[in-house]
Amino acid sequence: MSKYRNLVIGTALATSLGAAPALADKLGLGRPALPEEIAAWDIDVSPDGTGLPVGSGSVEDGEMIFSENCAVCHGEFAEGVDNWPKLAGGQGTLDREDPLKTVGSYWPYLSTTWDYVNRSMPFGNAQSLSDDDVYAIVAYILYSNDLVDDDFVLSNENFLEVEMPNAEGFIIDDRAETEYPHWTGEPCMTDCKDSVEITMRAAVLDVTPDEEGAEPAAEAAAPAQEEAAAPAEQAPAEEAAAAPAEAAPAEVAAVDPELVAAGEKVFKKCKACHEVGDGAKNKTGPQLNGVLGRDIASIEGFRYSKTFMDMVGQTWDAASMDAFLADPKGFAPKTKMSFAGLKKEDDRAAIIAYLQSLQ
Amino acid sequence: MIRKSDQNNVTVTKGEAMTDSSNPWSTRRGFLKAGLAAGGAVAAGGAAHAAGDPLITETQPWAQGLGDGVDATPYGLPIKYEGDVVRRNVEWLTADTISSINFTPIHALDGTITPQGCAFERHHSGAIELRKEDYRLMINGLVDQPLVFTYEDLERFPRVNKTFFLECAANTGMEWAGAQLNGAQFTHGMIHNMEYTGVTLRTLLEEAGLGAAGDLKDKWVYVEGADASSNGRSIPMEKALDDCMIAFKANGEALRKEHGYPVRLVVPGWEGNMWVKWLRRIEVMDQAVQSREETSKYTDTLEDGTSRKWTWVMDAKSVVTSPSPQSPIKHGPGPLVVTGLAWSGRGAIERVDVSTDGGKTWQTARLAQPGQPMALTRFYLDINWDGSEMFLQSRAMDSTGYVQPTKAQLREVRGLNSIYHNNCIQTWWVKANGEAENVEVS
Repeated sequence: MSKYRNLVIGTALATSLGAAPALADKLGLGRPALPEEIAAWDIDVSPDGTGLPVGSGSVEDGEMIFSENCAVCHGEFAEGVDNWPKLAGGQGTLDREDPLKTVGSYWPYLSTTWDYVNRSMPFGNAQSLSDDDVYAIVAYILYSNDLVDDDFVLSNENFLEVEMPNAEGFIIDDRAETEYPHWTGEPCMTDCKDSVEITMRAAVLDVTPDEEGAEPAAEAAAPAQEEAAAPAEQAPAEEAAAAPAEAAPAEVAAVDPELVAAGEKVFKKCKACHEVGDGAKNKTGPQLNGVLGRDIASIEGFRYSKTFMDMVGQTWDAASMDAFLADPKGFAPKTKMSFAGLKKEDDRAAIIAYLQSLQ
Repeated sequence: MIRKSDQNNVTVTKGEAMTDSSNPWSTRRGFLKAGLAAGGAVAAGGAAHAAGDPLITETQPWAQGLGDGVDATPYGLPIKYEGDVVRRNVEWLTADTISSINFTPIHALDGTITPQGCAFERHHSGAIELRKEDYRLMINGLVDQPLVFTYEDLERFPRVNKTFFLECAANTGMEWAGAQLNGAQFTHGMIHNMEYTGVTLRTLLEEAGLGAAGDLKDKWVYVEGADASSNGRSIPMEKALDDCMIAFKANGEALRKEHGYPVRLVVPGWEGNMWVKWLRRIEVMDQAVQSREETSKYTDTLEDGTSRKWTWVMDAKSVVTSPSPQSPIKHGPGPLVVTGLAWSGRGAIERVDVSTDGGKTWQTARLAQPGQPMALTRFYLDINWDGSEMFLQSRAMDSTGYVQPTKAQLREVRGLNSIYHNNCIQTWWVKANGEAENVEVS
């Protein structure tokens, strides 16, 4: 236990509890939470399994679900893509230079993995997975870490039997014993050391972001630089949405500004992978400026999946985009598009209007 | 037009502002070049001209014409000349800006309050837009009556005002293995300090009633946000009842979207990740959830491979904000203000010492105000710089008697892989030309 906790338990807590309010102190604000509301939000899962729903999922199913929903960032084998987290490997590296911390090498409780996948993944489409899908994905992550065999099925019943390699690898904050006593007291003021030599310089590494972006702003009023200093939130997308008709072709001129604005909101689901607006770059998915009316798989420098390469010669129009967004995996199986799709026709119409505004 | 005179001074013709980018004084590098070209230190602004300073002797446009009327900017932003005082990102740190962090420009700020507009951001699933009308806060778990509050409900509880720093546990985390990023903004900018208005967490917990929790000693409060990450954290009941706040205003106005509008949690002195933004649920529990953010992240790996968990409190720390790599000395030898920030999650800052020789000798700096618990403290050391190089360091001491350690001391206990909670003494190598660099010294 930390010094803080001991201290508080011993003193402050005692007094604060002594002053615990009587019912009369309540203000009667708020309203009772309904059971169905609590059920909707209280989804946390604890290490002892509290909160786990009934369900199960196999490594075999997990491989497919992981490939569709997770591999775009985490890799087909949970090895991680680019700077996105690696979920597998790294066992035995924690005491080495640059340890690799994964579910297998570092995470002490399996409940954490289940809880996190269930509440926050996939990135940009959280809480879209069924309980069984989550069990299957967690089973596959365990398999990727060589912790279970390929015929393993994870369920609420065997959940606590899985042993996590680093379960015993943590200690509770011990700074109060190992550090504070040594670093307390009157410090040295004079003749504290004989010599001072430089042992390392940041300039040699040269990994600091370039100052050029900031410096021009100091040059007072040069107009171009004011833009550079403008908050990033006034992003091109908003400007484009505000004036959709002018620059767009005739058939797009009729686009409803309200629909465009609604589409911009829906597009937030897409922003994890797709950029739009001035200077939009390819990310996990291609940039989408002018995608309506564009040939499929036509953005240079983006590595399209085979499915899309096979569609070369076709064009994205409102109908094909609607079909794709309604059921991405049905329209184009095995692409990098891990998005589950937009079930509501209104959402699809709005996003298509928004994309049309970005010519 | 702007032209250089023989004396290497800048002359501005009447009616034209000094806005041309060819002005060598307008950038740091340009300034230093010009200064060196002129034979060392120059006093740019106040130098006496033979015929008097035209900024004084000639009528300037701002003294002749008119400025903006009221309402030109219904909500004011900093004047354009301060356009470089902004948050900045280090792209290589993260895969994407949506789950990422940027840095407060502490090198260019003074005082202690951080303006919201340049206070660093850290999101796990991006900054969401949540209207007050759509806001709900649930308290459930081991409480007598699970409750749901609207935003309006929260405004009807008795309010408190308190100023606290928020420091990300990873602040200075890139510096464990060596001097890496060249600027106080990047080495120490995962911090801000605001005056919060809100209600205490204790008030809300008591409204729901803690009788059902029984003995509170071993109980926990789990908190989560409304964004896709939800960023759940477990807080011991002692802390929850001690000083945590449910905040809806910062520095007098509504929280910014990027800081959790409309409601965030304030956990004074403890790592920023626990200050859950867009707070939507508080659950009283009999165990810690051991969420992703308190197991796989925000745990500190030691040299032998074991890791500390529940390292919540931020230890005493300080940094010289100016001079520093992004804030070089431009005026040459003579009077120099050395200034910086100090803070401690375990109490108030009582003293800050500054060394100009890399830690051989120390002088006690002047605190602008007496230190307040768990809030930033501004310090100044007013010196007469002789123009020789300096190794500037600062060393904070808090009300527990704790002295900010050196990087060597930290490494001795923790090794190089801790990532979090690096509160080491920082060294800036200030060179004779006034430029500064992030270095490590023996």
